[in-house]
Amino acid sequence: MKLADNMLVAASPANKPSGLSRRNLLAGAFAGGFMLAFQLPVRAANEPTQPPDTTEGKFAPNAFIRIDTTGKTTLVMPQVEMGQGIYTAIAMILAEELDADYAQITLQHAPPSDKLYGNPIFIIQATGGSTSVRAFWKPLRNAGATARAMLVQAAAEQWQVEPASCTASNGQVMHAASGRKLSYGELCDAAGKLTPPKDVALKDPKDFSVIGKPLKRFDTPDKVNGKTVYGIDAMVPGMTFATLAQCPVFGGKVAKVDDRAAKKIPGVRQIVVLDDLVAVVGDHMWAARSGLEALDITWDEGPNAKISSKDIWAHLRAASETDGVIAKSVGDIAKGLATGERIDASYEMPFLAHATMEPLNCTVHFKGDSCEVWTGTQIMSRVQSEAAKAAGLPVDKVTVNQHMIGGGFGRRLEPDMVVAAVRIAKQVNGPVKVVWTREEDIQHDIYRPVYRDNISATLSNGKVVGFKYKIAGSAVIARWLPPAFQKGIDIDAIDSAADQPYDFPHFQCEYVRAEPPAVPTGFWRGVGPNNNVFAIESFMDELARKAGKDPVAFRRELLGKAPRMLAALDLAAEKANWGQPLPARVGRGVSIQPTFDTSIATVVEAEIDSQGEIRLRQVNVAVDTGIAVNPDTIVAQIEGGIVFGLTAALYGDITIEKGRVQQSNFHDYRMLRIDQMPKINVHLIKSGEAPGGIGECGVIGGPPALRNAIYAATGVALRRMPIDRDAIAERKKS
Amino acid sequence: MANLNINGEQKTFDAPDDMPLLWVLRDILGMTGTKFGCGVALCGACTVHVDGKAVRSCLLPVSAVSGRAITTIEGVGATPVGAKVQKAWLDLEVIQCGYCQSGQIMSAAALLASTPTPDDSDIDAAMSGNICRCGTYVRVREAIKHAASERQT
Repeated sequence: MKLADNMLVAASPANKPSGLSRRNLLAGAFAGGFMLAFQLPVRAANEPTQPPDTTEGKFAPNAFIRIDTTGKTTLVMPQVEMGQGIYTAIAMILAEELDADYAQITLQHAPPSDKLYGNPIFIIQATGGSTSVRAFWKPLRNAGATARAMLVQAAAEQWQVEPASCTASNGQVMHAASGRKLSYGELCDAAGKLTPPKDVALKDPKDFSVIGKPLKRFDTPDKVNGKTVYGIDAMVPGMTFATLAQCPVFGGKVAKVDDRAAKKIPGVRQIVVLDDLVAVVGDHMWAARSGLEALDITWDEGPNAKISSKDIWAHLRAASETDGVIAKSVGDIAKGLATGERIDASYEMPFLAHATMEPLNCTVHFKGDSCEVWTGTQIMSRVQSEAAKAAGLPVDKVTVNQHMIGGGFGRRLEPDMVVAAVRIAKQVNGPVKVVWTREEDIQHDIYRPVYRDNISATLSNGKVVGFKYKIAGSAVIARWLPPAFQKGIDIDAIDSAADQPYDFPHFQCEYVRAEPPAVPTGFWRGVGPNNNVFAIESFMDELARKAGKDPVAFRRELLGKAPRMLAALDLAAEKANWGQPLPARVGRGVSIQPTFDTSIATVVEAEIDSQGEIRLRQVNVAVDTGIAVNPDTIVAQIEGGIVFGLTAALYGDITIEKGRVQQSNFHDYRMLRIDQMPKINVHLIKSGEAPGGIGECGVIGGPPALRNAIYAATGVALRRMPIDRDAIAERKKS
Repeated sequence: MANLNINGEQKTFDAPDDMPLLWVLRDILGMTGTKFGCGVALCGACTVHVDGKAVRSCLLPVSAVSGRAITTIEGVGATPVGAKVQKAWLDLEVIQCGYCQSGQIMSAAALLASTPTPDDSDIDAAMSGNICRCGTYVRVREAIKHAASERQT
């Protein structure tokens, strides 16, 4: 299997307007209740998948599959590859039902089109929320099976035999009785003339030949030799290079610019001054950067110049004390909280930057009556429409070339970098590549929101009676997917909180929408569950201690209705040697999570030195994600997710002073490095259930499990992230 | 005009003396395998070899490497150590997004060239300057050991 030669400059003629009203689609999709819409693919299992696209190929039975007369099989990828291995997983699912010849498969980025490539969960063409395999499992299997059925029928008609007497494998249809065979390439003309059948049979999972095997990824060979072209690597003939400065204060504007010194720098060609940013265009990034540093920019900082973290926290804490909208209620919470001994606690989560290794970038060629964009994005169709708006052009005049993504993590679910690049490109003759410096990237992110969670619970005879959980924080969904924000509830902010694996007799989950002043907020890998699982699992350890019970035993008692979670907890505890003695100031902590239809239990073992520094010793993760499409990728995603989550727990803290972000690069926005790594053991649980989400899961469990390990080792109940070293030092530093 | 020996080839180009090698490679020579990550030698994404040693190209003025042998990710596979590292990376399926991996591979190849059988502390010392946001560190370590074991057989 290989990448299409043209993949990196995807053959994407400006796509046709879909003709469907997005708003109507969304209204319909979300009318059935947010959990249904968010958790489940909205398409019925055997609904015909996407309409055929006839842009190329002899046999194109749907938007995902093209087979030409040589047998070359092109699979079009509706979701984007940003390291999570989804191109390989999508190809495996399609190829499994198609019985394709793996050696003839080529993959291609999808062009922008919500109609053809919209994510069935979001309706729009978006890759996020660990939805790819969940959303496309049935549509892709249907697409593969439909194509296969047509190829089989074409062969059967040619041989004048019953289709049922034919079999297919490895890109060929065979008729065993007569020994005849025809390749898919030989059949594609005839198959292309057939009408796709409505209800095709899908394989019984026990007959899968590809799904479930640890297949090698198709995208990695070009990533070991520098050949992969990320958005930042796009090279267009005649291009110039630009970098930009936005007002350090959120929402501020340019007051005046003195560019006399910058213009003297060799290679600097042009200074672009817009109302809110200044860009320097040059022969290369070095000229652009040097020019930017030489500019003397006076900013009009605007109304946010007085806002600091303490104001943001005061605002959030006040909001969190107000009544929330009830997202879920079980039993009688008032009665539950009036019974037994009551415990209250509040947990707080900081702003976080995404810090993708590939800094923000976008290349644009604005040609007056059309516009071409080169970038790597998680939102292909929205980038096209936002670029069109910024360019002042109809959508069909904007071509978007998708690229491999050097880290998304939710940052590339936003189009702001594309909009900025288009606005700059409108002032420039010829194509221009706009690259953010790391400092601009970190200081003009769209940040993981701050959250504050208030929890109250009661214990009677060591058992939980009432459990009330209230989240206060941004409604990212309200901005990003407005139709999904209904009745004042952000379905992401309450994810993994409203639907509890724990069988609490009286339970209530509330949500308070609280948008922080000045600071833009967005999705960050692990999204809402990062906050909820941290708060709930931290609190569960505090409850267990109050109840005088072991944290694993305390959780087990409440998991009677969640057998898959219970099995994951038992496996993680066993593999971590739960209960075995440890040295002083070494602790084990556990966390469970019902995230993205995957049941996960995590045990972290850590040592806390006398100064409060943490040495990560070992992490064990038990994962039940249903059918594992590519098991090795799932293990890799959990391993990497653990690093991502623990990095945030140890260091992640974006703070605001005078309206500006105080961090700027990896010295003050630190990352976990290889010399700090624990052993990570991932244990996959075999399952025949439908596949769950995986890309974000590993991020979520590490922080609460580490926090609980610290609690076990030191007795200090941390209630804020990141970890406060002073609070857990043996002798508190003065 | 400046002149550099890159992957065994002489390259001639026009660039200011203080221009970092990273941007010469990427924006003038179109060799985009070497990546920009932080610009201040904190992340290792821009790692190349100068006379076989791993260096961060984002702070290295091009005038400082005139006449030295520069190897980039595009050329490292031509060396036996580089090829073994690349193979180990694929055998163990190290890579996720891959953006940092040019730098990881260059650091690992330099390590194995000087220390054929590195222990964990050698790996920590050689690789802790390379950030991977996808968190592939477990497999980076395994792959270095895997490549080292292949070298001896």
